Amino acid sequence: MTATSPPARAATAPARSRVEPGAVARKSVLTVVAWVVGIAIFLPVLWMVVTAFKPESAAETWPPKFTFSPTLAEFQLVFHGMGPYIENSAMATIFSTILVLILGLPAAYALSVRPVKRWRDGLFFFISTKMLPIVAAIGPLYVIALKTHLLDNIWLLVLLYAAMNLPLAIWMLRSFMLEVPGETLEAARLDGAGRIREITEVIMPVVAPGLVSTALICVIFAWNELFLAINLTTTTAATLPMFLISSVPQEGLYIALLSAAATVASVPVIIVGWIAQRSLVRGLSMGAIK
Amino acid sequence: MAPVTYSQASRVYAKGTLPAVDALDLDIRDGEFMVLVGPSGSGKTTALRMLAGLEPLDGGRIDIGGKDISTVPPKDRDIAMVFQNYALYPSKTVAENMGFALKMRHVPKAERDVKVREAAKLLDLDPGLLERKPKQLSGGQRQRVAMGRAIVREPKVFLMDEPLSNLDAKLRVQTRGQIAELQRRLGITTVYVTHDQVEAMTMGDRVAVLSGGRLQQCGTPRELYDNPVNEFVAGFIGSPAMNLRTVPLTEGGVRLAGATLPLHAGIPAGVTEVVVGIRPEHLRLTTKDNPGKPNGSSRLLSGDVILVEELGADALLHVRLSDGGDPVVARAEGRKPPAPGEQVTLGVDPADVFVFHPETGARIAG
Repeated sequence: MTATSPPARAATAPARSRVEPGAVARKSVLTVVAWVVGIAIFLPVLWMVVTAFKPESAAETWPPKFTFSPTLAEFQLVFHGMGPYIENSAMATIFSTILVLILGLPAAYALSVRPVKRWRDGLFFFISTKMLPIVAAIGPLYVIALKTHLLDNIWLLVLLYAAMNLPLAIWMLRSFMLEVPGETLEAARLDGAGRIREITEVIMPVVAPGLVSTALICVIFAWNELFLAINLTTTTAATLPMFLISSVPQEGLYIALLSAAATVASVPVIIVGWIAQRSLVRGLSMGAIK
Repeated sequence: MAPVTYSQASRVYAKGTLPAVDALDLDIRDGEFMVLVGPSGSGKTTALRMLAGLEPLDGGRIDIGGKDISTVPPKDRDIAMVFQNYALYPSKTVAENMGFALKMRHVPKAERDVKVREAAKLLDLDPGLLERKPKQLSGGQRQRVAMGRAIVREPKVFLMDEPLSNLDAKLRVQTRGQIAELQRRLGITTVYVTHDQVEAMTMGDRVAVLSGGRLQQCGTPRELYDNPVNEFVAGFIGSPAMNLRTVPLTEGGVRLAGATLPLHAGIPAGVTEVVVGIRPEHLRLTTKDNPGKPNGSSRLLSGDVILVEELGADALLHVRLSDGGDPVVARAEGRKPPAPGEQVTLGVDPADVFVFHPETGARIAG
């Protein structure tokens, strides 16, 4: 595709410049709309980043100040108290994602490459767990956590985040595994590959990019999770989103501090999202197209 | 030594449905090139997959080299298969693809490399391609890699499932000859599945014609062409296809386009009409200048040319006979074919006419 598109474009370009003005007008309207929407979405994010560099006194003025002397004071404040929260978030994110992959890969295999009996029901069961609002489960979850002495314990969040991400991960991994042509698997069987070799030599190379994007999406969801963290942790296991909330003081100015904390919390997700965007779109739309 | 024997081998995909392969009996000799041919849904691919171990048997048995392998897992059957879509491992290089089966058998790398290179040479595969990924190869090259993967294993039996169907027409004809020649050189028993009867005729030592999960006839290409056992084989083998028409029985034979074709004895009692079949080359164009072979027994059929397909060396005439019905196809010399609309007379020797039972399709005379 990449090889053929440049000549194709070159061939159509002169033709397009000769087309009727209506098409040009329509195209420029679309461009303007796209920019407006893009800016409307991006502006608050930009405002957050800009505010993070303002001194607290300049952050909350009305009309907003556009000239100010940038300062890193708020970031210093943020970094000062954030250490344990970052540690907790990282633990919950990394370990829950590993758990998701360990459980999700065999599940996806059993729902695609060698489907178990009634695999449709299994598939539906996994997605049905996402239909219940998590609020409805928080009461029982709290009681169970209390009885098992897991309240305010990071391993509880690891477990819950894994459970939260597992259905989506299974669906994604399954759609990637369906990409492996059946004939190739049969060829491997004839070539003498057993179950393990079939997975390591034939399936994994095809699924690997999908595995990465599935892991990244789990990372994003776990990193941003607040509801479970706020209800089941207090201090020792509190995650970064909870730090954001705690940086809002009872009195006084806090907008600049909050912006700085939010900026810091967003950076990893933005980086991960940037890395993942191509395979993410592919992963999520796969199966839908095919 | 690896002959292959199907004995009453059956496969039923779902209970209550017709079997995909119905009690197949087939003997494939050691070193033979056997082609399974039939229209889609005839069970030819299923029969091959049963031999490969990719489909279980629901009845009967299959032997390779005199040993029942019906329940032996595919990898222990000592077979190699070439798939329709080649089924190359996309993440492996050509050399790794070809050597994979050997690697699975713990053959040392040095020995693997030698065998892969030998196979590549045998297939005229440029050694420079060995380090490429399948994605970087053309269709013809991929096909050869798939062949190479099978050859490297030196199996008892080659299985090929329509391996040429993804090639363009010219390459297909070329590769057809190469595969047949290579098989003869290696002398390895080969079972080859195709829906293309030209492929079947040109490649096979023997051809098994399947339809509806049942074996119709198995024989050399010549036998199938000259001596089809039923209407299906007669119509399937040969291009252009045999002209088949249902006609009423009369005194002394059957009537076709005003002529009476005498029939040999053997028409079962109670049959009032039969299907007659005439190959296009047996309908000889007769003109004033060329009255055909001086053969007293030849019968003349008249009709109008409605279409002429010029093939170069010869031409195919689509002729509507004087008694109506579907047009028949006659093969004529290509240099001076009659024009469409022209009235022509076609001579046919009654000895060249096949006669089939109207209900069972079985050959009854001719």
